[in-house]
Amino acid sequence: MTRVYYMFIAGAFLASAVTSAQSPPQRYGLGKPAPQELITRLDTDVRPDGTGLPPGRGTASDGAGVYARQCAACHGAKGEGGLADVLVGAEPPGIAPFGPQYEQWRRDRPDVPFTVGNFWPYATTLFDYVRRAMPPSAPGTLSSDEVYSVVAWLLARNGIITDAEVMTAESLPKVAMPARGRFVPDDRKGGRQVR
Amino acid sequence: MRSSQRSSRVRASGGVTRRTLLANALGAAAVTLASENAATQERPESAVRFGRLPNERGSRSPAEQPARMPSAISSRTPLQDLHGTVTPADLHFERHHAGVAVIDPRSYQLLVHGMVDRPMTFSLDEIKRFPSTSRTCFLECSGNFGRQSGERTTVQELCGLTSQTEWTGVRLSTLLREVGTRPQATWFLAEGQDAAMMTRSIPIKEVLDEAMLAYAQNGEALRPEQGYPVRLLLPGIEGNASVKWLHRIELADQPFMTREETSKYTDPLADGRIRQFSLAIDARSVITSPSYPHVVQPGWIEIRGLAWSGRGRIQRVEVSTDRGRSWTPAELQGPVLPKAHTRFRLLWGWDGKPTEIVSRAIDDTGYVQPEWTALQSIRGRRTRYHLNPVTGWTIGADGRVLFAVERVTA
Repeated sequence: MTRVYYMFIAGAFLASAVTSAQSPPQRYGLGKPAPQELITRLDTDVRPDGTGLPPGRGTASDGAGVYARQCAACHGAKGEGGLADVLVGAEPPGIAPFGPQYEQWRRDRPDVPFTVGNFWPYATTLFDYVRRAMPPSAPGTLSSDEVYSVVAWLLARNGIITDAEVMTAESLPKVAMPARGRFVPDDRKGGRQVR
Repeated sequence: MRSSQRSSRVRASGGVTRRTLLANALGAAAVTLASENAATQERPESAVRFGRLPNERGSRSPAEQPARMPSAISSRTPLQDLHGTVTPADLHFERHHAGVAVIDPRSYQLLVHGMVDRPMTFSLDEIKRFPSTSRTCFLECSGNFGRQSGERTTVQELCGLTSQTEWTGVRLSTLLREVGTRPQATWFLAEGQDAAMMTRSIPIKEVLDEAMLAYAQNGEALRPEQGYPVRLLLPGIEGNASVKWLHRIELADQPFMTREETSKYTDPLADGRIRQFSLAIDARSVITSPSYPHVVQPGWIEIRGLAWSGRGRIQRVEVSTDRGRSWTPAELQGPVLPKAHTRFRLLWGWDGKPTEIVSRAIDDTGYVQPEWTALQSIRGRRTRYHLNPVTGWTIGADGRVLFAVERVTA
C-alpha cells in the first residue's frame, strides 16, 4: 500500500515537471529597472541624424593643435598615416574611388589608401569613434569641443569643409561625405553565385 | 635516490601531506624492486616509477606545446596542430581593438535599453539564472586571409583567425522578452566594455533565432580574451559582430553606422560600390595536412582539413590532387553541424610526382567556394575582408609542401 502511494507521488511529480517545462513564462522576473541616470551616462553613441551629439563647437583651425598633440604621433603630421591609419587623401575630382576609372588612375599610384575623404559615409561616425576610442593611450579624455574641432580638422584636410566652418550638433550631421552614396546593403544570399 | 629521501625527510619535518608520504613510499618501493630485478625486468622509463598523483588542474605534455601566433592586434589558432573540430579555449584566436579588458564579475552589469518597454540591468548572476543553451559553432574574423610569407605561409597564417567552441549562455530572445521589445525595433547596438568600447549594429530579425549571450566556452567560464564575463555570440556571422565584454544593448529602428560597419569591415567592389553589413561568412575550406612546412613521402597520405559555412551545413568538400583538373568528394566526419567547422579527409596515394592539392567547400545552399580570380572580378583589387578563395599546397618531387601562391595571385 505504502509502495503504491509513493509511486503515485512520484508519478504526480513527474507529470507536473513535464507540464511546467512545456510552458515557459514570458518573463522570469530577473534584472532591475535601469535608472535614467545610468542610461544617460552610458548611452554615448552618436547616430547619423545627430542623435547623441553633445553641446560644443570646433573649427579646423581650433583642431590643428588638438590633432598635433593627440593624433599626429600615430597618424602622421598631415594625416598621412604611420603606426595607425592614413586619414587624409582623396581622388582627383570626377574619379570615383574603386571603380574601373579609379583602378586605371591608381595603376601608377599603388598605395592610395582608404581615408576619411573616400571611405567614411557619415561625419557623425567620426565624432562617435574619436570620442569612444581615441587616443588609444587615454580614450574618453577629449572634451566635446576638442572632438568637434579635431573632426573639423579631418574634414577640412580632406577638402570636405573649409577651415572656418564651425562643427556643432546641428552642422555636423549635415556635412555631405564623398563616400556616402557608395554604400549598399549586403546582396549575398548563398546559392550558386559569387559575390 | 638518496637525495630524494633526504628532501622528503626535510619536507616531513615542515609538515607533509598524506599524499606526499604515499607517493614517496610507493616511489621508493618501485625503485628498490626495479634495481633488485634489473636483470629480469626490462621496463620503459615511464613504468619504473609511480607517477604524479591527481592534481587540481591539468597541463599539456611537455612534448605538445601548440601555440597561437600573435601580432600586435590578433593571435591565430594553430589549426595545423589540432585534431577533430573543437578549439581548446586557450588556443582560440584573439582579435581585439584596445587590448584585453579586465572586468570584475561582481560589479559587472548589462544594460538593455532603447526601444524597449522596460529598460533594465542584469548582473552576471541574473544572466546565469535564465534558462541556458549551448551551441557548437565556429567564430571567424572577417579579415582571416593572410599570406605575407608567400610560399612559406602556414595554415595558421593563412586562416588561423577561425576557431570552434561549445558556447553556453542565454538566448538573446529570452533577454529581449524580459525587457519587452517594441515592435518598431529592428536593430540593436552591442557595446563592449573594453578601451575601444567596441560597437556594432545588428539586425534583430536576421539573428534572433540563434543569437546568444555567452558566458562559457568549452564547459568553463569565458577566457578574458574571449570577452569575460559575457559576450555576444552570433553563429555564422563575422566575428567582429560578436561583441566581447558586452555591457550595453540598445534597441533602435535603424543601424547606428559605427566605424566598424562603415569604414571598416565593409567590402569595396570592382564597380565602385561598397558593400555594407556583409555579416554571413561564406563557405570555405582549407587543407590542414599536409601543409607547409611538412615534408611528405610517396605512398598513402591522408589529406585532412576543415570546412565551414556561416549559412548552414557543409554539404560536400571536394579535393583535387592534380591542381584542380579533377575533384573527388572527401569523407566528412559527422555529425556535420550547421555553422560549424567540419573535418574532412581523403586518403590519397602519392606517386612522388610534383603536384598541387586543393580543396573546395560546398554548403547546403549550393554555394561553391570560389576561385580567387572569380572573387577578384567582383570585388576588385582593394577588397580586404570576407575573403574565402580556394587555396592549396604544392608538393615538390622532394616531398616539400609549400603554399600555392599562384592560386591566390591576381
